[in-house]
Amino acid sequence: MHHIEIRSLSKSFRNVIALDGLNIKIGKGSLFGLLGPNGAGKTTLLKILATLINPDNGEIYINNINLRKDPRTIRELIGYVAQDIALDKVLTGRELLDFQADLYHMNKIKKYERIDSLINQLEMNDWIDRKCGTYSGGMKRRIDLAAGLLHIPQILILDEPTVGLDIESREIIWKLMTNLRNQGMTIILSSHYLDEIDKLADCVAIINNGKVIDQGSPTDLKNKLGGDRISLKVREFSNNEESETIKEILSKIDGISQIVVNISQGYSLNFIADREKDLLNKLKVELAFAKFEIFSLTQSQPSLDDVYLQATGNTLQDAEIFMTGKRDFRKESKESMR
Amino acid sequence: MELQKYNIFFLYQETFALTKRLFIQLKRRPSTLFAGILQPIIWLFLFGALFTNAPKNFLPGVDSYGSFLGAGLIVFTAFSGALNSGLPLMFDREFGFLNRLLVAPLTSRLSIVLSSFIYITILSLVQSIVIMIMTFLLGYGLPDLLGLGIVFLTLILLVLFVTSISLSLAFVLPGHIELIALIFVINLPLLFSSTALAPISFMPNWLGWIASVNPLTLAIEPIRVAYSSNIDLNLIALEAPYGDLTCKNCISSLFLLTILSLIIIRPLLNKKLN
Ligand SMILES: Nc1ncnc2c1ncn2[C@@H]1O[C@H](COP(=O)(O)OP(=O)(O)OP(=O)(O)O)[C@@H](O)[C@H]1O
Ligand SMILES: [Mg+2]
Repeated sequence: MHHIEIRSLSKSFRNVIALDGLNIKIGKGSLFGLLGPNGAGKTTLLKILATLINPDNGEIYINNINLRKDPRTIRELIGYVAQDIALDKVLTGRELLDFQADLYHMNKIKKYERIDSLINQLEMNDWIDRKCGTYSGGMKRRIDLAAGLLHIPQILILDEPTVGLDIESREIIWKLMTNLRNQGMTIILSSHYLDEIDKLADCVAIINNGKVIDQGSPTDLKNKLGGDRISLKVREFSNNEESETIKEILSKIDGISQIVVNISQGYSLNFIADREKDLLNKLKVELAFAKFEIFSLTQSQPSLDDVYLQATGNTLQDAEIFMTGKRDFRKESKESMR
Repeated sequence: MELQKYNIFFLYQETFALTKRLFIQLKRRPSTLFAGILQPIIWLFLFGALFTNAPKNFLPGVDSYGSFLGAGLIVFTAFSGALNSGLPLMFDREFGFLNRLLVAPLTSRLSIVLSSFIYITILSLVQSIVIMIMTFLLGYGLPDLLGLGIVFLTLILLVLFVTSISLSLAFVLPGHIELIALIFVINLPLLFSSTALAPISFMPNWLGWIASVNPLTLAIEPIRVAYSSNIDLNLIALEAPYGDLTCKNCISSLFLLTILSLIIIRPLLNKKLN
C-alpha cells in the first residue's frame, strides 16, 4: 500500500493551468523529490496536500483517507513547511514553537521535551530566545522546519527548504532529513537543486507544466538514459539550421539516440551514445564527410540534469528563466491570500 | 462522550494560544494600546475646553460640557478599538501567517475569530476603564454599581457588533491599505452623526434621524443615563424623532444588532475558513 496516492489532480488559477492531471504514488518512509522549474506547479501541489487549497479535480488519499473528505485528520498527519516563511516578528523562536504546539494540541510535558530536542537537533540554542524578527534567512528556515516537525508528523512536506541558504544551514537540514527518513517519516521535498535531489531522494518526479513527465529513483532515471551523455559542437555559436543538419547526420548513425538540440549552449547537440560500439570515430568520419569540424566534444555520465533535459528538451535553468519572465508575482501573492 | 471532552479542551487550548499571541504582540508593541487611550483624552481636554464659556445650562440636565462628553468618549474609545480589530488578522493573511493556522488540525477554525473577539473585548474595556478613571478624576463622577454593570454590558455589546464587522472586512477586502482606508472613512462620520458631541435636540431633523439609529448613540445614551442618575432601565434615554427610547430599548436594540451581525458573518467566515 502506498502512503500517499495522488490521482489525476488538476488545478487552475483563472487562465493558468497549474496542475494538469497529475498522478503520483509515494511509498511509506521514502524521501520523495519534486523537481521542476519555476511555475511547474510544485507549490500548488504541496499546498493542496497541506489542505490549504482545494483542487479542481482529482483525489488524494493518505493512509487511504480521502483528503477532501476528512481534511482535519490529514492535517494531524502532515507537517508543512511553506516556501515563503511566515514567522511572527515579535515572538521569540521558543514562543513560536510553544504556540504551534498548542495548535496541534500537544500536552505540556511532551511539548517542552519536544521543543528542547528540536532546538538541539537544529542547533538553535544560541538564538532561540531572540525575537524572530532578528533572525537570518538560515535561522528562519530552521525555526520554520522545527515548527513543522513539532508534532512528529507522519508526512513532512518541505517546499524548497534550502533555497538561498548558507552551507552550514543546508548541511544541518540535509542531515536532519536523512535522519527523519531513516526513522520512517515520509518526506516530500521540492527543489530546484538537482544535486540535492540526487543526493537525498529515493524517488523523484520531474514536473513540468503541471504534469509528471518522468518518475523513478534517481539511479533508475539516469540508467534509463543508458550510454554516455555526449555534447557536441561544430563551432562555438551555431544556429538552428546548422544544428538541424547535424541532427540529421547523427540520427543516421546506429547507436546514437535521443538527440536534443540545446539552444542555450549555442545550439550544441546532446545525445546518448552506446558504450560498446566505436561510435566516436564513426561520428568523426560522418561529420568530416559533410564538411563539419568538431569544435568540442564532451562526454559524461548521465546526471539528473540530463534526465531533465531529455524529458523536456530544455535544461532546468532555461525553463526557469522562461517561466520567471511570464509570472506576475504581485498578483499571485495577492491571490494566494486567504 | 470522551471525545467531546477532548474537543472542548482542545478548543480551549488552541483559543488560549491564539489569544496569548495577540497579548504578547500587544505587550511588545503597546503603541496601539496607548494611542487608543491618548486620543480620547486629548478629545476630552480639547472639546471640554471648547465650550468652557458657553452659557450655563445650555445642555439640558448636565452642569458642564465635559460631563456630557464623557459618555461619548468612553463609547468612542471602545468603538475605535473594535473597529481596528480586523487589522492583525489582515496582516496575518498578507504575511502568510494565517496559513500556519490553517494547516494545523484546529478543532474549529472559529477559534481564530474567537481569540480576536476575546482579545479586542478585553483591550477596549481596559481602554474605556482608563477613560472612565480620567473623567472621574476630572470630577465628572462615576455610576453606581448597577450603573457600572450597564456601562460594561453596553460596551461589550457594541464591541462584539463592531468587531464582527471588522473581522469580516479583514477577510473580504484585498489588503490592509483598503481596510485602513475604510476604517478611516467610517470612524469620524459615525462619531459626528451620533450623540457623542451634541444631543439630538441640537441637530436638524435629518441628522437627528441618522443619530437615533446610529449604534454609537444606542450605546452612548444608556451610559449617559447611568452617569447622570440612579439608573432605572425604564428611564427615557433618547428622544428620537420616531419616539422615545428607554435604556432598555437602547440596549436591546444593540443586542439585536449584535446577534444579527454574528448571524450574518457566520456563513462568510465558514466560507473563508473552510
Ligand atoms: N494564487 C495564484 N494565482 C494565480 N496563478 C497562480 C497562483 N499560484 C500559482 N499560480 C500559477 O500556477 C503555476 C504554478 O505555480 P507554482 O507556485 O505551483 O509553481 P512552483 O513549481 O512552485 O514554482 P517555483 O519553483 O517558482 O516555486 C504558475 O504558472 C503560477 O503562475
Ligand atoms: Mg514553489
